[in-house]
Amino acid sequence: MALKNEDGSITRALLITASLLFLFIMLILPLCIVLYIALRSGWETYKNTVTDFYTLKALQLTLSSTLVAVVVNTLFGLFAAWAITKFSFRGKKFLTTMIDVPFAISPVIAGLIFILTFGRIGWAHEWLDSYNINIVFAVPGIILAVIFVTFPFVARELIPVLNAQGSDEEEAAALMGANGFVIFFRVTLPNIKWALLYGVILCTARAMGEFGAVSVLSGHLRGKTNTLPLHVEILYNEYKYSQAFAVSSILVIMAVIILIARNIVEYKGKKELGL
Amino acid sequence: MITRAKSPRVIPGFGLSMGITLGFLGVIVLIPLASIVLTSSGLGIKGFFKVITGRRILAGIRVSFLCTFIAALINAVFGMTLAWVLVRYKFPFKRFVDGLIELPFALPTAVAGISLTAVYSSRSFIGMFFERVGINIAYTRIGITIALVFITIPFVVRTIQPVLEKLDPQYEEAAAILGAGRARIFFQIVFPEILPALLTGFGLAFARGLGEYGSVVFIAGNRPFQTEIAPLLIMNKLQQYDYQGATAIALVMLVASFGILLLINTVQIYYGKFIKG
Repeated sequence: MALKNEDGSITRALLITASLLFLFIMLILPLCIVLYIALRSGWETYKNTVTDFYTLKALQLTLSSTLVAVVVNTLFGLFAAWAITKFSFRGKKFLTTMIDVPFAISPVIAGLIFILTFGRIGWAHEWLDSYNINIVFAVPGIILAVIFVTFPFVARELIPVLNAQGSDEEEAAALMGANGFVIFFRVTLPNIKWALLYGVILCTARAMGEFGAVSVLSGHLRGKTNTLPLHVEILYNEYKYSQAFAVSSILVIMAVIILIARNIVEYKGKKELGL
Repeated sequence: MITRAKSPRVIPGFGLSMGITLGFLGVIVLIPLASIVLTSSGLGIKGFFKVITGRRILAGIRVSFLCTFIAALINAVFGMTLAWVLVRYKFPFKRFVDGLIELPFALPTAVAGISLTAVYSSRSFIGMFFERVGINIAYTRIGITIALVFITIPFVVRTIQPVLEKLDPQYEEAAAILGAGRARIFFQIVFPEILPALLTGFGLAFARGLGEYGSVVFIAGNRPFQTEIAPLLIMNKLQQYDYQGATAIALVMLVASFGILLLINTVQIYYGKFIKG
């Protein structure tokens, strides 16, 4: 037994050190270097880059496309989770799998499928053109791409929670004469609010940082179809490293805020379940 | 039970919620995805094989699979270690470390790409150190692998963590009392329990890494036959307006990802039955 304890404490120290070293090199160091390079050329350059017209335009597009994606996917997620967990029907497993499909697809391929559908060679191009609607290399394409890559996030968080809770409470409310919206807002929503918030946070994180799919569909017009991650790429490829990292630092700050929010929501959700 | 069987839909809203679900799914996912099938059928089987057996394409697909596999393997080891450390040990800043695991998910991939390049290029402290030993990291396959490790860190940790948390310590205690060593306890009692989660996490990491673009293109250097990944090949074909070529490569990647997902599901079903007996 003595051997076991001794062995335990050494392995313990070794495993903790290895884990922390791994996380430090892989996660902390890249974060620090962003801030270091961003501020290397001085505060003045940093401030000018961050408040630059094109940076602000890109920030605006990133925020608005993220907002649209989150709203659309939250609505979809709620309805999909309701349909899948409250009723029994054939092909439920298949439907759940289909919702997860965007998760398995490379962002570049996600961009490609919209080009093949709405682009110059796409079968829907002529029809959209007659209504003067541009999707590819325009803002709607970017928004579609962001919606696609974040499509499963809210539904995925809601379905297991709703499944675990069953539908007895909803059935009771329905039998007592409550209509669908009353049941949803009074009975279901209070039970799923943390899972919903969690899904929304994940969706936001992925939406604001999406690069591959947006890159395919954007056309990279500065001030028009440029999101913040694309702006970072342009500056980087022009060898404007300080500027590229300065713009990156905005995204780093957003990521850290999302990370903190995620942890708070997870903590509160767990606490409520424990009570 | 009888009343429920007679009127299974007491709760309102089936038509509405189903309609909206199928509508969104169709417009955003299924119809655009069908375009891939449409375009590749225009290419024909012969044309398809002509594209994907091109030397540059095959090299790119090989680089993608190789680097992703190694990255997923590295994450299997460190992910298991991290999950173990986070569940079983107490140490300062544990909550902070636990919260940090999702950073690769929250950090935009382009930012991850350029900052990893800065950390591992020969101009930085770490890059210089490795260069002196004779290892170049940035703009080589090692760089690609590091970017993929970064991106896929959360998958293995987060699939194993809940399983370890639920694992009843009494089996380990019993084994210890019977005289088993730490290593034996881990490999004969704990490891079989977390193996399904490990395989699932490995599969998810592999599927995600295979399609990853943003974080890799900056650190890869993108030299043909050497450090070109499959998603970049699709991107190149698109920039040359070779839509059919891009579609052919995309089809290969899609089949690979769906194959992996199918494998994950099979693993879960197999172990689910196995555990239930």
